[in-house]
Amino acid sequence: MSEEAKKIIKKKKNQKYLIHFIQLLIVVLFFVLWEILANQKIINPFIFSSPSRIFKTIYTWTISGEIFIHIYTTLYETILAFVIGITLGLIIAIMLYECPILAKIIDPFLTMINSLPKVALGPIIIIWAGANTKSIIVMALLINLIVSIMNIYNGFLGVDETKIKLLKSFGATKKQILRYLIIPESKRTIISSLKINISMTLIGVIMGEFLVSKKGIGYLIIYGTQVFNLTLVMSGILILLILSFLIYECVAYLEKKLS
Amino acid sequence: MNNLLNILHIKKNYITDKEEIEAIKDITLSIEKGEIVTIVGSSGCGKSSLLSILAGIEKATSGTFLFHKENPIIGYMLQSDALFPWLTVYENALIGLKISKKDTLENKEYVKSLFRKYKLEEFMNKYPKELSGGMKQRVALIRTLAIKPDILLLDEPFSALDYQSRLAVSDDVYNIIKRENITTIMVSHDIAEAISMSDRIVVLSKRPCTIKKIYIVELENKQNPIENRKAKEFSDYYNKIWKDLDINV
Repeated sequence: MSEEAKKIIKKKKNQKYLIHFIQLLIVVLFFVLWEILANQKIINPFIFSSPSRIFKTIYTWTISGEIFIHIYTTLYETILAFVIGITLGLIIAIMLYECPILAKIIDPFLTMINSLPKVALGPIIIIWAGANTKSIIVMALLINLIVSIMNIYNGFLGVDETKIKLLKSFGATKKQILRYLIIPESKRTIISSLKINISMTLIGVIMGEFLVSKKGIGYLIIYGTQVFNLTLVMSGILILLILSFLIYECVAYLEKKLS
Repeated sequence: MNNLLNILHIKKNYITDKEEIEAIKDITLSIEKGEIVTIVGSSGCGKSSLLSILAGIEKATSGTFLFHKENPIIGYMLQSDALFPWLTVYENALIGLKISKKDTLENKEYVKSLFRKYKLEEFMNKYPKELSGGMKQRVALIRTLAIKPDILLLDEPFSALDYQSRLAVSDDVYNIIKRENITTIMVSHDIAEAISMSDRIVVLSKRPCTIKKIYIVELENKQNPIENRKAKEFSDYYNKIWKDLDINV
């Protein structure tokens, strides 16, 4: 490697470190500023809480182990709704692809349901599915399923016609075309829909927890609001922020691994 | 003469939401065993539809075609190589056998022998993106030959290639077809390609197409396509077909 190339590589590396440093600095400054403002009573600590109170709350929860029950609950609901959503999405997309008339018939309904703010259905879901985990999963599915179906189905439709023609010339059945061409060719679309799906699922789960649950991070936040304990609310949001970031990173890693 | 295929009064209409479009009016043609027949016609005249019908992908509106062989195997090659990027070149070549559930050890060996024969052996475990356009088209041909077709249908197989690889690959393909002695129907809009490769040329009229003229290509010293382009009769055929096609630019 030439000296010049080494220099450029080093410069690029330094730039990367600098970016990370600035990012970290922003986070630290944000918390420090928040703490100072709350401490000096420039902002009302009762309404805005403060980082020290939040960290203390999270620390106490961690020591007592209570927080893990909530994290576990939210995580469990999210993974369950995510897996069901993707599986059902894939199955329904295959059905629509195999039966174009069915696809045409339900197309306006899909669009309609997709444009409806699903939270409006919350009260009905509670009455139908009961005030339990089931309601939360249904809520999450309502939000992630339609998007999954549409994404995967559109991926199927995007498959190269020539390749379908080729397989037909070999006498391929519909099932074979699906197995040897449509599914592998849409793998990338399916995988990229995982990322959208996980974000949607998390929205649904938190929304569901707001409505019914007795456990989970969504519950912590809504409970904190009800008793006007803003430190509780902020702690819940902070944990959720970290959790959703980690889940997203996991799915992004999965995506990289699969493709 | 050894007749392999009779096409009898094939007619094809496409029905859209609004109208009925007549693509093929009436085509009757017989194909002899071992010959290369090229169908030329202006674009959109319905020549590709004819191949689709023969390949069993589309149905004719009326008319029929008869193979003088039981359960004929049809090899179909398209404009693009249509190789699957997630499979290796070798796996791609096996796809036809897999679909017809004939991927026996013996047939796999045959495919390997084709790779050896056409000097692509060292690329067998590579992925399509690592191959040049010409190589990919040769793999597509091996994929077609793997099912041991009785007749080969080539739908403008070289049109996606640049001019130089086009000449080289058409030369290759021609040699392979002749060596394996496979009856071939090719569709092309390239007159020079048609003259250099075929035993007969069928000129189609504009849509709805019928057969306008059939030329038996007789070149002195008929060799491979690149050499054939130098034959003295070449330009004669070219001019005649050009006139038949009545191309308005």
